[in-house]
Amino acid sequence: MTEKKYTTVSIPIPLAKKIKKRMEGTGFTSISSYVTYVLRQVISSIEEEEQQEGFSKEDEEKVKERLRALGYLD
Amino acid sequence: MPKPHGGTLINRIVSSSKKERLLEEAESMTTLKLNGGLRKDVENIASGVYSPLEGFLCRDDFENVLHHDRLSSDIPWTIPITLDVDKATADELKREEEIILQTETGASFAMMSIEEIYGYDKDHMAESVYGTTNEAHPGVQKVRNMDDFLIGGEITQINETDSGFQNYNLRPIETRVLFKEKGWRTVVGFQTRNVPHLGHEYVQKTALTFVDGIFINPIIGEKKTGDYLDEVILDSYQTLMDNYYLKNRAVMSILQAEMRYAGPKEAIFHAILRKNFGCTHFIVGRDHAGVGDHYGPYAAQDIFDRFPDLDITPVFFKSFTYCEKCGGAVDGFICPHGEEHRENFSGTKMRKILMEGKIPPEHMMRPEVARIVIDADPKFVE
Ligand SMILES: [Zn+2]
Repeated sequence: MTEKKYTTVSIPIPLAKKIKKRMEGTGFTSISSYVTYVLRQVISSIEEEEQQEGFSKEDEEKVKERLRALGYLD
Repeated sequence: MPKPHGGTLINRIVSSSKKERLLEEAESMTTLKLNGGLRKDVENIASGVYSPLEGFLCRDDFENVLHHDRLSSDIPWTIPITLDVDKATADELKREEEIILQTETGASFAMMSIEEIYGYDKDHMAESVYGTTNEAHPGVQKVRNMDDFLIGGEITQINETDSGFQNYNLRPIETRVLFKEKGWRTVVGFQTRNVPHLGHEYVQKTALTFVDGIFINPIIGEKKTGDYLDEVILDSYQTLMDNYYLKNRAVMSILQAEMRYAGPKEAIFHAILRKNFGCTHFIVGRDHAGVGDHYGPYAAQDIFDRFPDLDITPVFFKSFTYCEKCGGAVDGFICPHGEEHRENFSGTKMRKILMEGKIPPEHMMRPEVARIVIDADPKFVE
């Protein structure tokens, strides 16, 4: 079985204390799981801003043709 | 529009210029026949419905999904998409780098590169996906019946298979262009496998009050005996939309996939698929994708707390009943009247009335919708 590997990140102790306090009553069981959660949230919102369309104008015209043929577009 | 899951809309459908060459190569290659569910998985991978997957999971991703509900790239993913084969086939395919995938009737429709063949623990898989190893659960039953080895590797679709309902079969690139053309900045996805009653309509229209459009996305495919037939569901929804929805606010197309009845894990999976279609929101009702009483009524809503990086907003609904005093659909948080004034939107009861050829009360089901069901013969999966 390949269990997932973890790595260690250092954060200032006062920050860790602050996080520990903030965690109370949230259901998080460790500073690590809390920090993981927050980082995933932050990174995903940064990535969302970088977002591009992902299909060319040419593709788009072809798609519109089919959508019109099927009656989805007028 | 939300970016596709993982950032890129996957397209593994071969271009027409390469198609002929691949078909020629295919003639000398080893073939593997896939059942309907696996065929749909291949097509969903190829068209980007399952983005970022580019093939069936290799062991690293498979284990990571079971342990952490994420691919090894840390992208949320809760249902392992796997291709199972028996020992003899596994031994035979070990010698191959690429194989041809065929439909049950022997039509070649995709190519697969074999990256890895591996064994797996069925109990672990059942426990992780379904939260139980109880064989009364249809999903657990399915895992038990799977063959003992999994093949991982990328696929490329060469030919479209005829899955029916071509007029309602939009790929993610098509729904994305469609939403854009309609000027929808926010779109809520609605998953269904039922004929619509007033309770469904209430949920959909409530959601529509705060988003630009609704994407009605029935699951088409293998169902349980007694479920409504796919065409009955599509016809009844089309009728509902024609009569009771604004044309520029609602769109319907199908999702070809098997129900897994994995409750919470499947709710996340369903949300990811709708994000790939271009939805910004996804409706999760009571006991979404549940079966029997295997999951808590709101487990499929609570699980979203664990995924801050899903990038699609779940919209949670409780279950609604009809209140004669309010004159509409209500839940316990909006209606002050007692149980004696309320009536459940009971699918079972409506089905019974419809089977007698009668129209259910108008506060339960639109008469136009009821008429479609009454006129359909057969109505149900046998
Ligand atoms: Zn009331």
